[in-house]
Amino acid sequence: MADLTSTFVGIKSPNPFWLASAPPTDKEYNVRRAYEAGWGGVVWKTLGEEGPPVVNVNGPRYGAIWGADRRLLGLNNIELITDRPLEVNLREIKAVKRDYPDRALVVSLMVPCEEAAWKAILPLVEETGADGVELNFGCPHGMSERGMGSAVGQVPEYIEMVTRWVKQNSRMPCIVKLTPNITDIRKPAEAAKRGGADAVSLINTINSITSVDLDLFAPEPTIDGKGAHGGYCGPAVKPIALNMVAEIARSPETRGMPISGIGGVTTWRDAAEFMALGAGNVQVCTAAMTYGFKVVQEMISGLSQYLDEKGVGLSDLVGRAVPNVSDWQNLNLNAISKAKIDQDLCISCGRCYAACEDTSHQAIAMSPDRVFTVKDDECVACNLCVNVCPVEGCISMERMDIGATDPRTGKVVPAEFGDWTTHPNNPMARAAE
Amino acid sequence: MDARQLAGGIRAGRLEPQALEEGFSDLHPPYDDHEALVAADRCYFCHDAPCATACPTSIDIPLFIRQIATGTPEAAAKTILSQNILGGMCARVCPTETLCEEVCVREVAEGKPVEIGRLQRYATDRIMARNIHPFERAAPTGKRVVVVGAGPAGLSCAHRLAMKGHDVVILDARAKPGGLNEFGIAAYKSTDDFAAREVDWLLGIGGITIETGRMLGRDLTLTELTSDYDAVFLGLGLGGVNTLGIEGDDREGVLNAVEFISELRQAGDLSALPVGRDVVVIGGGMTAVDAAVQAKLLGALNVTIVYRRSQARMAASAFEQELAQAKGVRIICNATPKGVHGNGAVREIEFEFTDDDLTPTGESFRLPADQVFRAIGQSLVTEGLPVLAGRKIAVEGPGRTSLPGVWAGGDCAAGGDDLTVTAVAEGRDAAEDIHATLMR
Ligand SMILES: Cc1cc2nc3c(=O)[nH]c(=O)nc-3n(C[C@H](O)[C@H](O)[C@H](O)COP(=O)(O)OP(=O)(O)OC[C@H]3O[C@@H](n4cnc5c(N)ncnc54)[C@H](O)[C@@H]3O)c2cc1C
Ligand SMILES: Cc1cc2nc3c(=O)[nH]c(=O)nc-3n(C[C@H](O)[C@H](O)[C@H](O)COP(=O)(O)O)c2cc1C
Ligand code: SF4
Repeated sequence: MADLTSTFVGIKSPNPFWLASAPPTDKEYNVRRAYEAGWGGVVWKTLGEEGPPVVNVNGPRYGAIWGADRRLLGLNNIELITDRPLEVNLREIKAVKRDYPDRALVVSLMVPCEEAAWKAILPLVEETGADGVELNFGCPHGMSERGMGSAVGQVPEYIEMVTRWVKQNSRMPCIVKLTPNITDIRKPAEAAKRGGADAVSLINTINSITSVDLDLFAPEPTIDGKGAHGGYCGPAVKPIALNMVAEIARSPETRGMPISGIGGVTTWRDAAEFMALGAGNVQVCTAAMTYGFKVVQEMISGLSQYLDEKGVGLSDLVGRAVPNVSDWQNLNLNAISKAKIDQDLCISCGRCYAACEDTSHQAIAMSPDRVFTVKDDECVACNLCVNVCPVEGCISMERMDIGATDPRTGKVVPAEFGDWTTHPNNPMARAAE
Repeated sequence: MDARQLAGGIRAGRLEPQALEEGFSDLHPPYDDHEALVAADRCYFCHDAPCATACPTSIDIPLFIRQIATGTPEAAAKTILSQNILGGMCARVCPTETLCEEVCVREVAEGKPVEIGRLQRYATDRIMARNIHPFERAAPTGKRVVVVGAGPAGLSCAHRLAMKGHDVVILDARAKPGGLNEFGIAAYKSTDDFAAREVDWLLGIGGITIETGRMLGRDLTLTELTSDYDAVFLGLGLGGVNTLGIEGDDREGVLNAVEFISELRQAGDLSALPVGRDVVVIGGGMTAVDAAVQAKLLGALNVTIVYRRSQARMAASAFEQELAQAKGVRIICNATPKGVHGNGAVREIEFEFTDDDLTPTGESFRLPADQVFRAIGQSLVTEGLPVLAGRKIAVEGPGRTSLPGVWAGGDCAAGGDDLTVTAVAEGRDAAEDIHATLMR
């Protein structure tokens, strides 16, 4: 059993699986049960300033999309920050932290964009013994209409300013949670760094409408005939989150800045992928909301088995794939592959044929008795057939040997690397040095 | 149909080797990787899952299936084996249709459960194929425990005790360990010498010695064991077989179903194993079905199970009954044996129809038979044992018997179903109690 102990911005936890700030971490009852189930840490549901708490809608606040067999793939919500009084939350945080000193407990905060508001709340949080704060600059609905959440997260200058206030008024580690509702994720990350943030966490939810009621003609979830856009999360957002994490991890401006990876983490493998792309730990919301706190047990056993089999420690995993995240222009155009169909595994459904024939390169042949074969002289190795094949491992990409002739182009596969920067068709091509 | 199948009497070689091989191949063939993923995907990861509650060893089924779904069958196996060290055998022999799969929410909703047994086999096969033993022994305690009986109950108890750091000696009367896993379970449920391979794998924990050919009551007494060891666990199973108690019960050709099965399980070459042309099996449980089906698979022409009550009351599950019928076994119900007729060897067996309360109807019939199997239950050989409850050893809580320092579990202990998985659960729980007692 690999050692999963994790240290993130100085905060120790028995494993790198934290619950993200959201309903699973909204109260003492949940958080105690989450720790008992094995979660390494939690980011408490976002607290607002003192005074009457926000109110939530009293109708449906979630919408969803499903895959086959009604597997939940994407969740959308219009929930606000905590709707429980500040002092109740603070009292509970203190009690939980006292009883679980070995688990991480970070408190998420969102107060108005005024230094006084931050100055007021930080000492109260510090007093609970919590391990750190996370600044919620991500919530894309409701709170953003009031100038908070993603309204701050979309303006790098505000991020920098608020982060600086927090660092000046508190000794706690400060994680800045970013919104994905922005064109270039590096900018807010750089702003957080300039403001003195210890880390960034991402992603928060993505602006979304999951579906439209075609009788009421209203977006879902619908409240009294109307709907508002919500925030999208769950397995469907993982690819978007992975890219954003990688962008920050490989950018010269932010390289080395600790990242807490969030967005669709559902299994150990998702977590390992985030970590390989530079996340020091991961946070989970939708998977816990779909399957309950117990899902963490699979994440723990799976990550541990993976590390054991690879013979690496948890910290060796972090960032291991970052050097291989490249720009398109640096991909090797001389690495030539062809699709290959394993006839023993093929079940003759013909999906690869339809896909390639109708929408790709007409590179799959179909015989009258439904044998499907790749035409090497047409195949551009796009991978579409692999992706649509229902049988895992049935179609694979085989790299051509150096010196062989590509029947599609009639050219010999060169031994040397050659990318777009040096390609003759590139008007800006630089001569190879 | 050829002459060899039609020939009367008990004879070998009724079928071609290839037909034998096909018949005795895996009842539920193992999943390949793709099938396992598709099957695992159907699990809903239910909260407080009914399947796990229905499992006598309380395996965390949703968790292990999720571990298969996420590509870590080894972790899945560990989840299984930490509750049930014979999870591999149980995956093959458990009547899942009356246990976990019966209560699967998808069985209830759609009539098609997640195939838990086959998924369990997929995971446990994987870890055994990789020769991983995922448990380690605790520091030695210096305590010595003797386990009598190397069946599922004894093996499970011994493994848990060894894991806790105790030294364990298992004594078994037979020449091979495994109990009914080795000698009783139908051949098509435990192919490729699985029972023996599983025992070898289980012993990988260390700290367990098995002494075969050592019989309690013949070679040693319970008093000797209690004075020589810190604790004793009895996992004796049921060695005796109930007799029909009718005239002709001792005729040539009338034998115990369990002996027929055990001979079959140990036979190197099934084409050398003799079987009758007209076989009659008396009983209504798993043993009756197993004997009948295997007789049929050996090439018996007519195989009939005769049970004294209605089919609904047969102890064999609906699945087992259907299996027998699919293999061509005829099931006659509400008939009680009255006499075994023949001139030396059995030639016919006579029955009288009864109602469900076994009241005779006066209507009788005869079936031709050159081989008759008794499958009307096994019994405990009881000399020199702790106090009994009925015909089994009385136990309290986790297997405590009337004698201090002596625990019992599995088929020989009162309470619980006579199933492999129940024996495993009882052996494990007794081990936990023995450990707690010894370390007090
Ligand atoms: C034909 C048949 C088919 C079955 N099929 C299934 C099935 O498909 N699924 C299922 O779940 N269950 C099945 N069962 C039931 C299952 O096999 C038993 O419930 C299980 O084996 C009980 O385990 P045990 O350890 O208590 O006893 P056993 O498996 O009977 O083991 C007892 C061991 O103790 C040894 N022993 C006995 N007396 C002494 C002594 N005096 N000294 C030393 N050693 C001794 C024996 O040699 C034996 O090895 C079947 C049973 C039979 C008979
Ligand atoms: C119902 C709901 C409420 C949420 N509330 C908050 C919040 O109060 N503060 C916050 O920082 N993020 C909030 N989030 C966003 C999550 O913390 C997380 O960033 C997002 O759901 C992506 O992770 P996931 O794909 O694992 O769900 C909320 C998400 C959901 C579904
Ligand atoms: S999950 Fe269902 S029952 Fe629970 S609060 Fe929401 S709507 Fe109500």
